[in-house]
Amino acid sequence: MTKIVSRFTGLGGLVLGLFTLTVFAGTGSLGIAFSLFLVFGIPLWAMSDLPAYATRGSWFWNYVYTLICTLIFLFLIAPVLVVIPLSFNAEPYFTFTQKMLSFDPDGYSLRWYDNILKFGMLAPDAPRDSSWFADMWANAQWIRAAKNSVIIGIFSTILATTLGTLAALGLSRPEMPYRRTIMAVLISPMIVPLVIVATGLFFFYSDIGLAHTYVGVIMAHATLGIPFVIITVTATLVGFDHSLTRAAQSLGANDWTTFRQVILPLILPGVISGALFAFVTSFDEVVVVLFVASFDQQTIPRQMWNGIREQISPTILAVATILVLISVALLATVELLRRRSERLRGLSPG
Amino acid sequence: MTDTSAASLPGGSPMAESLSPTVDAPLTTVDGTPLREALHKAERQKRWRAFLLVVPLLLFVLITFVTPIAKLLQQSIYNDDFSSNMPNLSQWFVENPDSFGVPQDEAAFEALVLDLQTARENRTQGQIGTRVNYDLSGSRSLFTKSARRAARIEAPYREAILDLDKRWGEDDLWGVMRRASSAYSSSFYLKSLDLAQTPDGEIYQVDKKQQIYVDLFWRTVWMSALITGLCLLLAFPIAHMLATLPLRYSNLLMIMVLLPFWTSLLVRTTSWIALLQSQGVLNDLFVSLGLIGTEGVLTGMLDSLGMADREGRIPLMYNQAGTIIAMTHILLPFMVLPLYSVMKTIPPTYMRAARSLGATQFTAFNKIYFPQTVPGIGAGALLVFILAMGYYITPALVGGAKGTLISNIIAEAMLNWYNWSLAAALGALLLAGVLVLYWLYDRIVGIDNMKLG
Repeated sequence: MTKIVSRFTGLGGLVLGLFTLTVFAGTGSLGIAFSLFLVFGIPLWAMSDLPAYATRGSWFWNYVYTLICTLIFLFLIAPVLVVIPLSFNAEPYFTFTQKMLSFDPDGYSLRWYDNILKFGMLAPDAPRDSSWFADMWANAQWIRAAKNSVIIGIFSTILATTLGTLAALGLSRPEMPYRRTIMAVLISPMIVPLVIVATGLFFFYSDIGLAHTYVGVIMAHATLGIPFVIITVTATLVGFDHSLTRAAQSLGANDWTTFRQVILPLILPGVISGALFAFVTSFDEVVVVLFVASFDQQTIPRQMWNGIREQISPTILAVATILVLISVALLATVELLRRRSERLRGLSPG
Repeated sequence: MTDTSAASLPGGSPMAESLSPTVDAPLTTVDGTPLREALHKAERQKRWRAFLLVVPLLLFVLITFVTPIAKLLQQSIYNDDFSSNMPNLSQWFVENPDSFGVPQDEAAFEALVLDLQTARENRTQGQIGTRVNYDLSGSRSLFTKSARRAARIEAPYREAILDLDKRWGEDDLWGVMRRASSAYSSSFYLKSLDLAQTPDGEIYQVDKKQQIYVDLFWRTVWMSALITGLCLLLAFPIAHMLATLPLRYSNLLMIMVLLPFWTSLLVRTTSWIALLQSQGVLNDLFVSLGLIGTEGVLTGMLDSLGMADREGRIPLMYNQAGTIIAMTHILLPFMVLPLYSVMKTIPPTYMRAARSLGATQFTAFNKIYFPQTVPGIGAGALLVFILAMGYYITPALVGGAKGTLISNIIAEAMLNWYNWSLAAALGALLLAGVLVLYWLYDRIVGIDNMKLG
């Protein structure tokens, strides 16, 4: 009985919350509506399956606990999501205008997305025929930054993943000498402050002539991605059944065949998520680019850095929205791979 | 390479035969080598094979990571801008180790003029002046000016130089030049610690007004500690919720932790700018709730605390608050994930057992649950603290002047002041701190236990 009642209060809270949300949204006080929804709606809904023997005290504690957790989750996710609606602002502001809050279509526009393409073009306002697109592809600054980011990202990922996977295979063997020390050295690029790495790279690259080159940036980014590859691949190799490789070898497979046919398929999920981590690391890196790259190697984060420091405009919010969508896609991929890996390893004995 | 592993166990199966009736004879493999030796050899080969897999990466990291850091350490004690461009004067300093202050020797001034003339030809006077300027501000112009006129200077050099600019007659300048004449110097480390050296080599603390670096190190430490504390405070409840909810809910909520983790640092910093600006989303929200603004409920109170600007809005950005809020958000996942993986392993039956034995909810939590989460707290807190110490991007964009950390001053020294040796010395000190913490992390948590998502 109590169970039904509590379930009802939970649903009631949610309905009440949604109701207030719509009412206040109509009058424009989205802020008040949202706060009410947060404080009453979500906690009451989440607590609806509290056990029947719960006392009033534990009910109260549960309410406070759920409310606090709701607020913390909001703190985590809201900053990532808030850029999405803001990027459709019709005005050059970084906040919600009155028109946006009352869902007036005039308050929204795609002009900042258009601006991503136009910024840096020779003739941005020319009619949009093939020559306009050629101009955009060649000159628009964000497009050029995106091209650089992809080139640097892909090559540094290939480098980091190949070397990192090989090393992880060696490191996960029990007979590996100086395992702990070597592991500590290989993980340290993740720990050492980026400014220090970038400063050192600047000195070193200036000496050997790698400053202001793609090769220099790619090598640096690969180094920063390696810890992620090692961590993810060694994690997949934990509990790896080494009798499988012995079985393959006893059946006459050579080392390469064993690796390709037996080991690689089993560790592939880990390798791919390591590669994605490495790619994201490179795709997001700005300090090294700031120190050792020239104008020719401007990447997306570098361009954003410039944008925030110099001419701050909602174009950055539009770029940020696109990047958020990319990270959603990457997160989904990694999550699927992780589940696949768990399934694969669940099948192998040991 | 194909069948080394087969060869490494020579005669795996014939071994059974060698267990011959004569028990006291040493065991041998089929080709006669003692078994102990054969096994050793096999073991050694296996170790080499494991090591060979790691070698390419080790070499790569040696080139792109270890060498640059070694170069940074070298740069922090080595600067030959003066010594290599002023060879004659440097030589004179070596030959006259006992002369302090302005030399009476005409030869010193002859060497100086000669060097200034060559500097003018090679256009290195700026470089030389900058090097001396690090230790004695205002001397750069002295060098550029003197080098410009050096060609016309004639003997007697001492008088001519002193006529040109009377600053050449200052003891401090000659003391600084003597120290700069050796390429190796500790002066950049001294400067990083707000110390300086008198001309005769005594170390003292610089003026209160000129002390920046030690304060900045302390600020970096306390802000990182505060951010770590805040992260722990926020991560604990949600990690607990994630660990105790049924899997289908917790997987959904986990996305809320992992999505920020996967989102670009610059995107998150940008959105914090949008949220925290004085005309930004948060301030607008508070104004629309009637809390702040020109006629807000709390405006008077905030104003008396000095926390409101002229329009009654709260300045959340370009100060320490901005750095702390944004960095707490950015580093929070690094605290949640280790906490979660530890809490996941705590059986819920322990809490139920404690409750059934009469413990209150608080006692059960305090005595049973909390102690078991300590490894997770340690791992998360150390990781967040280490990462916070070296943060650069976020403080640079939302921190303003008061909310910047030591990394920002290193970048400043590199990119704007061109004082590379100072940047290197500051970097080396920061690196030392971070490495000690990293070593602690390895001892307490173990690098193998680091997990991502």
